[in-house]
Parts: sequence; C-alpha cells; structure tokens
Amino acid sequence: MHKCLLVALAALVLAGPVPAVAQDQSGDGAEQFIPITSYRTGPYAVGGIPFMDGFVDYLKMINARDGGIEGVRIVWEECETAYKPDRFVECYERLKNRGERGASVFNPLGTPLTYAVIDRLPADKIPLITLGYGRTDASDGRVFPYVFPLMVNYWSQNTAKIRYIASLEGGLENLDGLKIANVHHDSAYGKETAPVLAKQAERYGFEVRHFPVVHPGIDQKAVWLNVRRYRPDYVILRGWGVMNQTALKEAARVGVPADKIVGVWWSCAEQDTVPAGDAAVGYTCSTFHNNGTDFQLMQDIITHVHDAGDGTGPREAVGTGFYNRGVINAFVTVEAIRTAMGEFGARALGGEEVRWGIENMELTDADIAAAGAANLVPPISVSCADHEGGGKVLFVRWTGESFETASDWLEPDRDLVRGMIEESAAQYAAEKGITPRTCES
Amino acid sequence: MFYRETGQYKTTYAADRAIFPIRQDRIGIAILLVVAFVVIPLFANEYWLRSVLTPVLVFSLAAIGLNILTGYTGQLSLGTAAFMAVGAFAAYNLEVRVPEVPFLVSFVVAGLAAAGVGILFGLPSLRIKGFYLAVATLAAQFFIEWLFTHVGWFTNYSTSGVITAPPMTLLGYSFESAESRYLLTLCIVAGMAIMAKNMVRSELGRAWMAVRDMDVAAEAIGINLMATKLTAFAVSSFYCGVAGALWAYVYLGTVEPQAFDVLRSFEILFMVIIGGLGSILGSFLGAAFIVLLPIFIANASGLFGSALSAETIAHLEFVIFGGLIILFLVVEPLGLARLWQIVKEKLRLWPFPY
Repeated sequence: MHKCLLVALAALVLAGPVPAVAQDQSGDGAEQFIPITSYRTGPYAVGGIPFMDGFVDYLKMINARDGGIEGVRIVWEECETAYKPDRFVECYERLKNRGERGASVFNPLGTPLTYAVIDRLPADKIPLITLGYGRTDASDGRVFPYVFPLMVNYWSQNTAKIRYIASLEGGLENLDGLKIANVHHDSAYGKETAPVLAKQAERYGFEVRHFPVVHPGIDQKAVWLNVRRYRPDYVILRGWGVMNQTALKEAARVGVPADKIVGVWWSCAEQDTVPAGDAAVGYTCSTFHNNGTDFQLMQDIITHVHDAGDGTGPREAVGTGFYNRGVINAFVTVEAIRTAMGEFGARALGGEEVRWGIENMELTDADIAAAGAANLVPPISVSCADHEGGGKVLFVRWTGESFETASDWLEPDRDLVRGMIEESAAQYAAEKGITPRTCES
Repeated sequence: MFYRETGQYKTTYAADRAIFPIRQDRIGIAILLVVAFVVIPLFANEYWLRSVLTPVLVFSLAAIGLNILTGYTGQLSLGTAAFMAVGAFAAYNLEVRVPEVPFLVSFVVAGLAAAGVGILFGLPSLRIKGFYLAVATLAAQFFIEWLFTHVGWFTNYSTSGVITAPPMTLLGYSFESAESRYLLTLCIVAGMAIMAKNMVRSELGRAWMAVRDMDVAAEAIGINLMATKLTAFAVSSFYCGVAGALWAYVYLGTVEPQAFDVLRSFEILFMVIIGGLGSILGSFLGAAFIVLLPIFIANASGLFGSALSAETIAHLEFVIFGGLIILFLVVEPLGLARLWQIVKEKLRLWPFPY
C-alpha cells in the first residue's frame, strides 16, 4: 500500500509542471482571447454560476451570430477562483500570457479579488473591468489608469437609493426628518456605504442608523427587532448571499413592509426573493440593467446559443438577475474591445489596446439600441478622468414571480460622490507613492 | 545503499549534534538549497514564482509556526490565521505611520506583535487542554477578525476595509520582480526554518515535547509548565505573524481581514496534519501538498477542457482533493514526513531488503 502511494506521489510530482506549459496558441491575429475567472464553487456559487453562464453565453452568441467581434473570433479559458483572492491571483498569473496577445481584460467579479491584483495591472498592462463592484475610488482614472468600475460604483448606487426614496416621498425636500435604517452585511463590503450615507444625511436632513448583520446572516431575529424598535420610514438592505432572503422573511415577521425596503444589486436576484416567498412581494432593489428576456440581445442568445444546443447553463436561467448581469458584463467587455478595434484594426488585441478601448468607450442610446440592448443598459461614456462612465441606476420591484421596472433610470448624487472619490484616490496615491496622470491631452 | 551510513564516524560532540548527521542528508540539502536559490529563479517563469512557489513558502512558514505549537507542544490551536492577520496588520500600520522604517524591521515587529497577542490568547492553555483549548483559540480567531473589521484605525480608515501594502524598498532596491520577491521569501523562510529546527533540538524544544507527551510528568521533572507553554505560543505566533506579513506584502500586496478567516486556520491545520505533526520537513511537505494539489488538478483538468464543462471541473477538483486527503490519512496517518522517513529506511537497505 505504501509503495502504491509513493509511486502515485512521485508521479504527481513529476507530472505537476507539465500541464501548465502544455498550452500553446497559433498566432495569426484571428482570435481574440478573453480570460474568464469564475466561481462555480464556494460560498457565493449561487450567484457565480448563472453569472458566468450569462457571460459565456454572450460570447458564444457573438461568435455564432457575427463570427466574432468585427470578424475576430473570441476564444476564452475559464479558471475557478472559488471567490478566494489567492486563487484569483493564481488564475490571473496563469491566464495573463495566454492567447496570442496575452490576456485582454479581466472581470474578477468580486471586490477582494479586485484588490488582490490592482498593484500588478500597471506592470502587466492589463485592464480590469469591475462592473458595479470593486474599488470605488478607482473611478478616478488619474490614479487608477487600469481599473474601470463601470456603470455605477457602490457609492453612486447608494446615493441613487436615497433619490429613489425621495421620488416615492415626492421630492428631495421631503427627505427631511425621515428615518432610514441601513441593514448591512457586517464586513468591509457592507460598511463601505456608511460614509456616503452620512454625507447625504447631512445634505438632505434625514436620519440614518446602521444595523450590522453578522456573516452569513442566517439568524437575524435580534437585528430586526431593533430595526422595528427604531421604526424607520425606509430600510436599505445591503446584503449578500443567504442574508438577503433571511432579512426579507424577518422583516415580514416583525412587520416592516417589503415595499419600504430598498436593496443593493447583490440583494437583487431571484435567488434572494424566491426563497423568501410572499415576504418578498413588493421588495425593491437597485440594479444597473434590466431583467427579463424581452430584448433583442437576449432573444439572440436564446436563438443562437440555447436553440443550437450550446447553452452553458439551464435555459430557465436566461433573463434572471445574475444571468443578465453576466450578459451585461460580457456585452460591455465586447463593446470595449470593439471600440479598441476601431482604433487599432480588426485583429487580436493586447491589454494596453483594450485599455484604450474601455477608456474611450462611448455607448449612446442609439448605439445600445443598435446592439439590441435598448433599455437593458443605460448609456455609458468613459473618459480618462472618469472611469465610472456616468451610469444610471434602475429600480426593480419583485412581484412574486419576476422583477418589474419600478422607476426610470435615476441619476446618483454624482457631485457628492466624485468629491469623496477624489479624496480617497488621493490618499491611495500618497500611500503608494503614485503621481496621478493628467487627463488633458 | 543510498542511505548507508557505514564508515561515517562521529569523532567529536559537534559532529554528533549536527542537524544532519548523515552525509547523504547534507548533500541532499545542499542540492535542494542550490535548486531553490539558483536553479528555480533562473528557470522558473513568472507564473510559477509569483503564484505557486511564493504562497507555498509563506504557508510553509505558517505551518512551521502551528507545528511548533500543535505538533511539538501538543496545544491544539485554531487561531493561526488570526495571528497571521495580526502580523499583516501590524506591519502595515507600522509602515503607514512610520514610513522611514525599513520593511524588514516591520516584519520583525509583525512577528513580535503576533507573539504578544499569542501569549495573551495562550493564557487559557495553562488551565485547559485539548479540544477545549481549541475552542478558546477559536475565540482569538473571531475576536481578531472582528477587531480589524470594526476598528477603523487598523485599516487607516480605508472605506473598503482592505489595506494595500506600501512598496518594499531596501537600500534603494525595490522588490518588484517575481524573482526578487521569491528570493526574499525564500531567505526569510529558510532562515526561520533553520532556527525552528535548532529550537526543537534544544532544551526548549525538548521541554515542549515533554509537555506534549505528558504535562504532569514534565512538571515532575522540573519543567516550568507556564513558561514552556507560553514560549510555545509566543514562538508559534511569531512565525505566523511573519507569515502573515509576507502574505500581505510579498504575495498579495493587499489584505482584508476576511482573508484570515477560520477556514484559513483550518487550512493550515490540515497542512500540519497531512505534512506530519512534530516535523519541520512535514510543514513544507504539507503546505506544498495543500497549495499545489488544487492548482495541479485545475491545470490537469484544463487539458480535457472541451470535454468537461467548467462547472464539472470546478467540482471535480474538490472531489479529487478530498479523496486524496482521505487516502493519505488512511494509508499514512503520521503524514508525509513519515512517508519520507519510510523511503529513507527502504533506501538504506536497497537493493537487498532482506
């Protein structure tokens, strides 16, 4: 028995280095490589699986419908991170030199994962798209040339929630005197919006109190009793994973109506509302995209990918929150590469070229409609200084069966957020000894 | 035949006390060091240096730390990751607040801070043992994670709660390249491993082992239980603290409190158990096993990429990894270090085993 074990171990040691070098790609400029880092295992796989299915399905659709981006076929390789920063770094290092021009752009899908590679990006000349998550102050493109928290960062999104509440109350002036409870996941992610809420409370005159929920948030009875005692006019839910459904159930139990709860986009999927049952009906949450399949782009995915028997995941997932988010992520990535191809020609592009593409990406309503995504995503306009792209926030309401649109595309408090971003980015630049680039040329 | 020590006479006490009394071992270690210090930096690519070998070394150091406490002194601890966190955050805060301090000094301070916290949370070990002590150290794990998440001072009031390590420069040289970072880690880990090896062969180490084997008997032969247990906690935490600082500075360049959660503690405990309790070599083997195997499985299954869905590969990794751990523990409960010892014994007689 020992002998078998030793032989197996020796074989493992000898075979170890082989696979890492076994991959090689042809170099005729005809294939655009996009690295994919996913988490299909681990604590957040519930969201990670439909998200990645959406991402991959969109790339498959572009290959099947258009023969690639501007005729350049997309190839990709998936690497499992299990939502661990160290595994993500391993994936990043493994994939960054794959493809004929190296990795074009990474979508880490996780804030801790984003932080783990930010330092490496300038040296490797690879951009990072963090759609709706990640390092908020990276919206300042002068300090973070390679990081793009596109659409809306956490702070912008949170200010939009206050604006949504104001729209329900009949105007920003009516916020004065309201009591808002911020029920948040007790982690760095959950606490991140506290400063911006404080600033807004000062500006609009409402009162805010924070209610942390210990990870993973399976037992929240005590928290919601305290929320009830506070008697808030509105509740902001900044949850994650299993915490969301528990929060909705507990809220119903103590008598906080679901239509007074406004969630963040991590709390805004069928995986959060369906398990809560009737308690979730009327619950509203913020997203940066629309749900459902009533869009030309989603129909194309069904026709070209799922009908062709090539769907990555189950067909029922198409149109759900996480799936659409994956599609939107891939959509933005592909459009950025398309922008870059307009400048550098229709061939495989490297990281630096794609970075240029993201930074100069301008998607107007007409462009988005032409891509079959009208009303699915808001217009984006990225610039050297503004890496957020001026996205807007949409609010959707759970009807018990699906999410329906509950608002127009709302503007965040951009002036307030931008000031805080520049302050925070300047602190980072000072800590790291970075000289911010100027954005005038 | 490979390990035959015939003809190797120990004529001095120094020769008798050597770390590696057999000539073959000395040659083997010399070759290993040459490979690690010269051959690997020359030939390994950035991927291997940066994302495979560096974390293996960092985890080895943490595993040595836990091995001192659990393997040599017999005090079961589930707070390893917390002590790593203390080291990482201590180094960060020192660097941010006193930028003049060279980073190597801050690594030492990281170790000392972790040692202090380790002593504090080691105090219950004077009264409780075994699984109860494990539960007490679990308190350290949760308390420290909570502290770093909730007290803004520790993260320099960063909004996201994630700290970013300042650049590492020493005498004008910036440790940026993968090779320099690997060699830096290797120097620190190799140096501290030799220190640990010597410590466990000294009076202190023998006192630790006496306490592990039977603390009442140890006390009866004049070993001060309190001092012995607390030095074990201090030394162990020092190693973990330095490992944490290396993790934050050299490997990831960033760290958040959740990176040092209880799962990380378990991971290091598994390294120690699989590598071999009470063995410095085992710490290295265990760390290599736990870190490399998932990467290897992921890489190997990538070869069949088109045949299997990404989801299947991801889950397959868990199945194979779990299965192999069980297999190894069933076949050799004493760990990989014991397996190596068996190989040595076999090679001594080979090719005439009977």
